[in-house]
Amino acid sequence: MAFHETKFPADAPVAVKAVGWIDDRFPLSKLWNDQWGKYYAPKNFNFWYIFGSLAMLVLVLQIVTGIFLTMHYKPDATLAFGSVEYIMREVPWGWLVRYMHSTGASSFFIIVYLHMTRGLLYGSYRKPRELIWLFGFAIFLCLMAEAFFGYLLPWGQMSYWGAQVIVNLFGAIPFIGPDLSLWIRGDYVVSDATLNRFFAFHVIAIPLVLLGLVAAHLIALHEIGSSNPDGIEVKENLGPDGHPVDSIPSHPYYTVHDLFGVSVFLVLFSAVVFFAPEMGGYFLEYNNFLPGDSLKTPLHIAPTWYFTAFYSVLRATTADFMWVLMGAVAAYVAFLWIKARISTITKIAISVIALLAIIGMLPSVLDAKFWGVVLFGSSVVIIAFLPWLDHSKVKSIRYRPTWHKYLYILFGLAFVSLGYLGTLPPSAVRTMVSQICTLFYFGFFLLMPWWSAAGTFKTVPSRVVFHPH
Amino acid sequence: MNLAKKLLTILALLPALALAEEGFQLDHAPDRSNDTAALQHGAKLFVNYCLNCHAAASMRYNRLRDLGLSEDQIKANLLFTSDKVGGMMTVAMAPKDAKAWFGVVPPDLSVIVRAKSGEAGTGRDYLYTYLRSFYKDDTRPTGWNNMVLHNVAMPHVLWELQGIRTIRMADVKDEEGHVEKAFAGYDTVKPGTLTPLEYDNAIGDLVGYMEWMAEPAAATRKRLGVWVLLFLTGFALLAWRLNASFWKEVK
Repeated sequence: MAFHETKFPADAPVAVKAVGWIDDRFPLSKLWNDQWGKYYAPKNFNFWYIFGSLAMLVLVLQIVTGIFLTMHYKPDATLAFGSVEYIMREVPWGWLVRYMHSTGASSFFIIVYLHMTRGLLYGSYRKPRELIWLFGFAIFLCLMAEAFFGYLLPWGQMSYWGAQVIVNLFGAIPFIGPDLSLWIRGDYVVSDATLNRFFAFHVIAIPLVLLGLVAAHLIALHEIGSSNPDGIEVKENLGPDGHPVDSIPSHPYYTVHDLFGVSVFLVLFSAVVFFAPEMGGYFLEYNNFLPGDSLKTPLHIAPTWYFTAFYSVLRATTADFMWVLMGAVAAYVAFLWIKARISTITKIAISVIALLAIIGMLPSVLDAKFWGVVLFGSSVVIIAFLPWLDHSKVKSIRYRPTWHKYLYILFGLAFVSLGYLGTLPPSAVRTMVSQICTLFYFGFFLLMPWWSAAGTFKTVPSRVVFHPH
Repeated sequence: MNLAKKLLTILALLPALALAEEGFQLDHAPDRSNDTAALQHGAKLFVNYCLNCHAAASMRYNRLRDLGLSEDQIKANLLFTSDKVGGMMTVAMAPKDAKAWFGVVPPDLSVIVRAKSGEAGTGRDYLYTYLRSFYKDDTRPTGWNNMVLHNVAMPHVLWELQGIRTIRMADVKDEEGHVEKAFAGYDTVKPGTLTPLEYDNAIGDLVGYMEWMAEPAAATRKRLGVWVLLFLTGFALLAWRLNASFWKEVK
């Protein structure tokens, strides 16, 4: 196709001509309009829909503060801790950059968990948006890895020993475990070698992957179009202008809407940064103000708060709990035989795998530590399967049977309880509660194909529920 | 309704999971963060009593200007002859020697106040109680022990100020009726140069200084924070009304 130069009248403003020049060579205006300016989104977005934009804001914040931190941080086991204090005291505004980065990290997880909750509440992951959910899940995995690698960098007691514990978990994998741990660490224990490679992962490797995944996440979203709190597919009801009757252009409506949401977030964020950066030891752990000492094991090693729910699942998997798990696996397979609408061959295959698993759970075969790691990983990965587990007739919780709401509340309570218990040292009572919550957590997902379809559903309206402002 | 009641009962019981572990009861340290004179006194105590064994290698001597001291004052009163005022608060004790003499290298105190916070109290409370809980114990190599950190390797550096005390153990019946020995207070063997109240006050100043040293930017942070929050609240209000004005158009 021959190049066509857009002609502007002689008195057109310079800016218009400049943008026109770019548009002839690069799809700038098209990108702006497709991705935001004229991206039509449902008009009934509520509070739960701010967290995607906030996540992007915090990602940018972490990258910018991270760049400035990298200018002064020293990734050496003997210098790292001191370099952080150098940033806090000697670098002009270093204390502010550091606190923004540490608060940003915790904020990122609060935002992402709330963002995922929105997905759960409104069925955002349902067909045809499964891929958005899968990209999002990959982002969640990368985020956890990013936080894990980043946490070693201050080289405090918790940094050092948290890394030691988690990398040792890989040692529980049969046959390849110890060599795998050695390969990850670069040494027989967490050391300077580990610090340097974790620095590389944290500063460039994972951020690049994260940016790519976020782009994919948004492209997949814009391809289908956003869902909404009523779970209605707005594109099924187009107006005379070709746009959905229940949608509005993101600019200016969601520009100003998100601007307000961002301003509220910044108030809360700044309140923490300026008045409570440690957040009672949850955002900046007290023990991490002691330099990492390989000869002094802390009494109580726990991961940062955003990992504690999954950590609780790992700790709940005790030797005694193995018997409960064996029973649960057997009961689930029996349930599948009776209820699951899958071929007999698949049922037999599942039964064989389950039998092997149950044998593996016997005390003399694979010990509880291995199964703890399996459940730990499974508790994260099972989230990815939601689009195929949820068989509800409707997308949104608004039109589900009322008792579904209670199930979701219980699930939320179980998750928060697991998270809270993970911050505390174990005890007999706490382990028991963790085990109950673990069973409920997995049961919620594994039985979802049946309970999500059960009950009397309410009628989904044809138009979105919108109250004019 | 039944389910909601059940939920509430479980919710009410959940805090029981948070029962704190037993430990020595920490006293509440006074807040000296706004008292410049107290912080200067604390700096004096710190340099004279602590900096012989403990380093504070992240703390630069001339940062003490933030406490209202001039460089000349710092040079004259708070510096050892071999140190420079632009240098860090390091110590001459080699780690190898420290290990041999004490069994452990005395920890760096730059951020120790932040490290010692916990469920029992703030780091300030911990150190305040710790420095006032030493007692004479002839079974220990240094001749001193501590109620907060049992069998500590550190001697009672401030013994001349506080004096020499022993602990009194009394017989106490526990739940099952067994007789146990429990801590029942201190007995003064030899008084120090400060009265107990003066000593507590001095330790309050010392720990106040250490808290300042752990985060010298704290006062700036809080001062700025007020302005930042005021601005952002105003901004949020404007953003709210701007949003409302646009959304009036949406039917």
